[in-house]
Amino acid sequence: MIILRYLKKDTGGMITLSLLALITVIVPICNLLVPETSGLHVSTFTMTLLGKYLCYGLLAIAVDLVWGYLGILSLGHGAFFALGGYAMGMYLMRQIGSRGVYGNPLLPDFMVFLNWQHLPWFWHGFQWFWFAMLMVILVPGLLAAIFGWFAFRSRVTGVYLSIMTQALTYALLLAFYRNEMGFGGNNGLTDFKDILGFSLQTDATRAGLFIASALALGFGYLSCLYITRSRLGKLCTAIRDQEDRVRFIGYRVENIKLWIFTFSAILAGIAGALYVPQVGIINPNEFSPLASIEMVVWVAVGGRATLYGAVAGALLVNYAKSYLTVAMPDAWLFALGSLFVLVTLLLPRGITGLLRKKEASR
Amino acid sequence: MILLSSRWRSCLLCFLTIMSLVSFGVAPCPASEDTTLFEQGAHQLVHGNFRQKEAAIAKINATNDPRAEKLLRALLGGKLYRVKKDNNLVYITKKGSRVSITDVLSGKELGTVKKRTLKKITINNKLRSKLREELALLALRSPDPDKRLAAVNKLMSSLSPESAKILEKLITTETNSKVRQGLLTARAIANLRDTDDAKRLQALTELQGNLNPAVKNELTRLLGEEKNKDVRQKAEAVLSSIESKIAFYGLVEKIFFGLSLGSVLVLAAIGLAITFGVIGVINMAHGELIMLGAYTTYVIQQLMPNSIGLALLLAIPAAFVISGLAGILIERTVIRFLYGRPLETLLATFGISLILQQSVRTIFSPLNRSVATPAWMSGSLQLNPVLSLTINRLTILVFALLVFAGLYMLLKKSSLGLQVRAVAQNRSMARAMGIRAAKVDALTFGLGSGIAGIAGVALSQLTNVGPNLGQSYIIDSFMVVVFGGVGNLWGTLVGGLTLGVANKFLEPWTGAVLAKILILVFIILFIQKRPQGLFPQKGRAGAAS
Amino acid sequence: MRGKFTYLVLAVIMAAGSLTAGHALAGETIKVGILHSLSGTMAISETTLKDTMLMLIDEQNKKGGLLGKKLEAVVVDPASDWPLFAEKARELITKDKVAAVFGCWTSVSRKSVLPVFEELNSLLFYPVQYEGEESSRNVFYTGAAPNQQAIPAVDYLMNELGVKRWVLAGTDYVYPRTTNKILAAYLKAKGVADKDIMINYTPFGHSDWQSIVAKIKKFGSAGKKTAVVSTINGDANVPFYKELGNQGITADTIPVIAFSVGEEELSGIDTKPLVGHLAAWNYFMSVDSEVNEAFIDSWHKFIKNDKRVTNDPMEAHYIGFNMWVKAVEKAGTTDPAAVQKAIIGVTVPNLSGGYSAMMPNHHITKPVLIGEIQDDGQFEVVWQTPGLVAGDAWSDYLPGSKDLISDWRTPLACGNFNVKTGKCSGKK
Repeated sequence: MIILRYLKKDTGGMITLSLLALITVIVPICNLLVPETSGLHVSTFTMTLLGKYLCYGLLAIAVDLVWGYLGILSLGHGAFFALGGYAMGMYLMRQIGSRGVYGNPLLPDFMVFLNWQHLPWFWHGFQWFWFAMLMVILVPGLLAAIFGWFAFRSRVTGVYLSIMTQALTYALLLAFYRNEMGFGGNNGLTDFKDILGFSLQTDATRAGLFIASALALGFGYLSCLYITRSRLGKLCTAIRDQEDRVRFIGYRVENIKLWIFTFSAILAGIAGALYVPQVGIINPNEFSPLASIEMVVWVAVGGRATLYGAVAGALLVNYAKSYLTVAMPDAWLFALGSLFVLVTLLLPRGITGLLRKKEASR
Repeated sequence: MILLSSRWRSCLLCFLTIMSLVSFGVAPCPASEDTTLFEQGAHQLVHGNFRQKEAAIAKINATNDPRAEKLLRALLGGKLYRVKKDNNLVYITKKGSRVSITDVLSGKELGTVKKRTLKKITINNKLRSKLREELALLALRSPDPDKRLAAVNKLMSSLSPESAKILEKLITTETNSKVRQGLLTARAIANLRDTDDAKRLQALTELQGNLNPAVKNELTRLLGEEKNKDVRQKAEAVLSSIESKIAFYGLVEKIFFGLSLGSVLVLAAIGLAITFGVIGVINMAHGELIMLGAYTTYVIQQLMPNSIGLALLLAIPAAFVISGLAGILIERTVIRFLYGRPLETLLATFGISLILQQSVRTIFSPLNRSVATPAWMSGSLQLNPVLSLTINRLTILVFALLVFAGLYMLLKKSSLGLQVRAVAQNRSMARAMGIRAAKVDALTFGLGSGIAGIAGVALSQLTNVGPNLGQSYIIDSFMVVVFGGVGNLWGTLVGGLTLGVANKFLEPWTGAVLAKILILVFIILFIQKRPQGLFPQKGRAGAAS
Repeated sequence: MRGKFTYLVLAVIMAAGSLTAGHALAGETIKVGILHSLSGTMAISETTLKDTMLMLIDEQNKKGGLLGKKLEAVVVDPASDWPLFAEKARELITKDKVAAVFGCWTSVSRKSVLPVFEELNSLLFYPVQYEGEESSRNVFYTGAAPNQQAIPAVDYLMNELGVKRWVLAGTDYVYPRTTNKILAAYLKAKGVADKDIMINYTPFGHSDWQSIVAKIKKFGSAGKKTAVVSTINGDANVPFYKELGNQGITADTIPVIAFSVGEEELSGIDTKPLVGHLAAWNYFMSVDSEVNEAFIDSWHKFIKNDKRVTNDPMEAHYIGFNMWVKAVEKAGTTDPAAVQKAIIGVTVPNLSGGYSAMMPNHHITKPVLIGEIQDDGQFEVVWQTPGLVAGDAWSDYLPGSKDLISDWRTPLACGNFNVKTGKCSGKK
């Protein structure tokens, strides 16, 4: 109930969530029930694309929670996203079973290919959906907790912390590229067949995944809203603005940071887990430092420290990317690059900041 | 080495009678059939496969025809062609887009033609090394001692009884001490195969501590088949002393590799140490400024294709100016609006890096560009048979130290440096003292960017010059700066060299990838212990969050 | 208010009008998708292939198009981002309704789009040499399989150069791993001892080759003829070759044979220190044939630069495109199912003066050429297989795949049929 109260004060959030609810209902209906010939039909392509954007939206919220509200610029959220994705990917790989090209009931194709005889220990358990889901939460959460425990306790802050998060994701990138790691190396995990017994190639499953992503985004939004508007959230903002003072008052700053950072990593992991079955591949590129910077840029474009701004930014930048890579394949980087420069220069509070300003002046 | 029939060898020598000092087994050179044999050989070169070509070379060489040497040298140098229309054998010399050709058999000039009407007479590695081996025999009598030494070493690596005899005879006449040493080693190696135990023992004494790889191989072979106990024992002792020497030089080599890798890291990072360290800007476009420097080198080399060495030297100031101007432009148009918001500069400069990348892709195409290495920077400095330092790496190591020293002096001794340090330490106080902080910011950023451009010149000698050049160095550069301590040049130097050496010592144990991962994990843990890096320093960046 | 409504109606009508106009246009042309990265790390290799496809389509249109219609190229940029490849493939097939797609370079991009092509039953022509171990109903592999490149190359080194000691150096990803596995098994079958084989993997874009080259040099000083078989990928090659040259490793001491270095890669290197090092491909720009000269001429004219080189993947697109054109003409339609049936057995000229045929396993027949690097950045062919080699989807030297065969003709219609168990695994 308290959430509803918070939501009432968050006009942007209301609009975002209503829109989200709307497309959650309409898009699957228009895809599954409206015939293809009709003008109202939403193609499977558009639906999976939207599903992907929703995952990015959730990821953007996770980044915004630590950056916008806590002041930690994480350049390594891609790592948590990818780890969640890999956990899901491993489940999906195990679901292939003996339908792989080599027909090996236990080993995924890439292991047969490399003459591996046994399933590595960390692949056990992933045949169960519940286990994989647990790992989606645990692996990114634990990594964030360990990293944060070290970093926040020794008071690494600011740009140093950003660079350390970047080093983290870069190290993971290099590690996952190694074939010996047992995660498929550069090729990653692909060729998924089904999830929970539903074929990934059918539109109904895709609609299901789309709805799941929308729900996850909604849940993520509300939980972040709850956190940011609660006492904890006020403390976060205080830490962002004057960390030392909060510490002098007697709060354990590092604990607060650790909790929020870990929660954010879990959200990113969930986003990754939903992303993988929709795009059909997870590979080490998701760990690349550039991908993580891009995530921060979504938030900056949308508007830092507003949750709906983060969602809007993720959607907008990714839509622009999808559109520009077709419309001007040779020059889209110019457009994207200029967008980043112009937004940081002219719209320090992002695009939603522009709207808010209008609202305020009215 | 495969020695050819004695007939060929002796004829080869007789082909050299004039300069030959030692003559042995001079066979009478048949002159009457030479012309026809030569022509037959030439015919075979045009029509044969590689085996037939090999025979043809032997045939041509055996003729003692005056045209033979020129023909074989042209063959080795890739200057021998056939005319597609009539299959005549010709020599070519380039004349712009066309080539002028000379008939091989008659020696007549045939004018210029389009290259497409000709077809090269190809040789493969096997023929090439055969031709070279013959040249090695010729080179034994070369006036240049380096060439003689190379020839001796080449013959030594696969010594046959015949070549051993030739080498032994040369000992008495050789004047150069290095070459003489090589000849003595060759004799000792030959003696290791002698049936007389005393001779073998004597040879072992001579080979004590000799690092020539042929010696080590020969000793390993000897230990496999030696029956005599004394000789065996001695051989084992000699071999283990050689091996411990090799291990020592291996260590020296590893340190050099590490320092060289470190110097590249320092070069790439030192500009960042200025922009990031002194004025607290996270410049994600730093890598692209390096790239601009590398492209500048390419463009200048294109402008003066005949003196690439000079072009490389000219590229250093040019790259400094171009990257520096680009940096000042970035600072004036974007970054100056973002001071005090260091994390936002990251985003804006990331956007700039995308734009710069796509710009060079549009201007220079996405393909890598080829930057030539001048002769004085290629090859290696052979200190002994197992330790050689590559000259380009050595140059870059020295260059990095020079750049560091120059920059250090600039910051410590010049008035600009004083202002830069003042603004970095206390901006408002510096302004109160009358320093125009905005100008200093622009100049500092330009300086850091210019240094990045210089790094690009050095990197163009080691790696690809392409649109992705910058990306591959940006993260490493940040690591070096953070590890060394932001705002401290010494930190960058020590940090970069340490990381380089550590990497090279880890690599043999873990492989290249794992070594890099371990270094990253180490840096992450290190920063937890010392959040300000190796050499902490107070400054704007130190306090910024 | 009323005014606004009118605008809205007008806009809707116009949008609808433009939509139908779009449809009418689509009816007049046959769309061909081009799925090559134009930005990101792979742009360096793939941009040329996009241009090649545009040239081939342009030429076909000058010849009167296909089935009486003009061909229309749809170019998209998957930006070296593998999930984006799948997204763009889906877009090309469902939104642009292309008849076939020519694209991909890396294995991972192919793996990423593969499920999309199978689900939507469209056609992909893949032009790059790859690790094999795949045969999809919807993919046509016009580049070399390992038996069309690696094994003949090793044979050449062994028989012609008398190589006894082998360094297998590669970038750490699936193509080098598989190729080296196959080669190691092959070499051991030929009696090469374990201690005479050194295998080394490096990360992508590896730039500091000092210690590895020093190790190779040491390995090669053991008195036996040594060669390096390089599956080093793309950007790592320039620093590798530079280091080789500087440490004094020349082609007559330790020759290097590469499977991923072609004319285009050489155009970024100063090749003078590299003369005599080798590469194995199915095509070299220096190949002496009428059809190759014509191809080079039209390429120079199209790209408006007579310094640009041609390379093996370009030839693969040339062959693949002509095969597709011929199959469409044979089938009388661009319907993928019909083209799949018609294309098996289609034979078209390749650029080395012979003919290549599409095999039932969706791989093609090609000659294998070994070339030596020249100082002008070109290769000279020094050896050539006597006949054509048919691409083998499943290697005989890997334990997991030696029992698998592929045949997409109707009775079997399976890409991975196990001859031992008599089963086609993975078939729904």
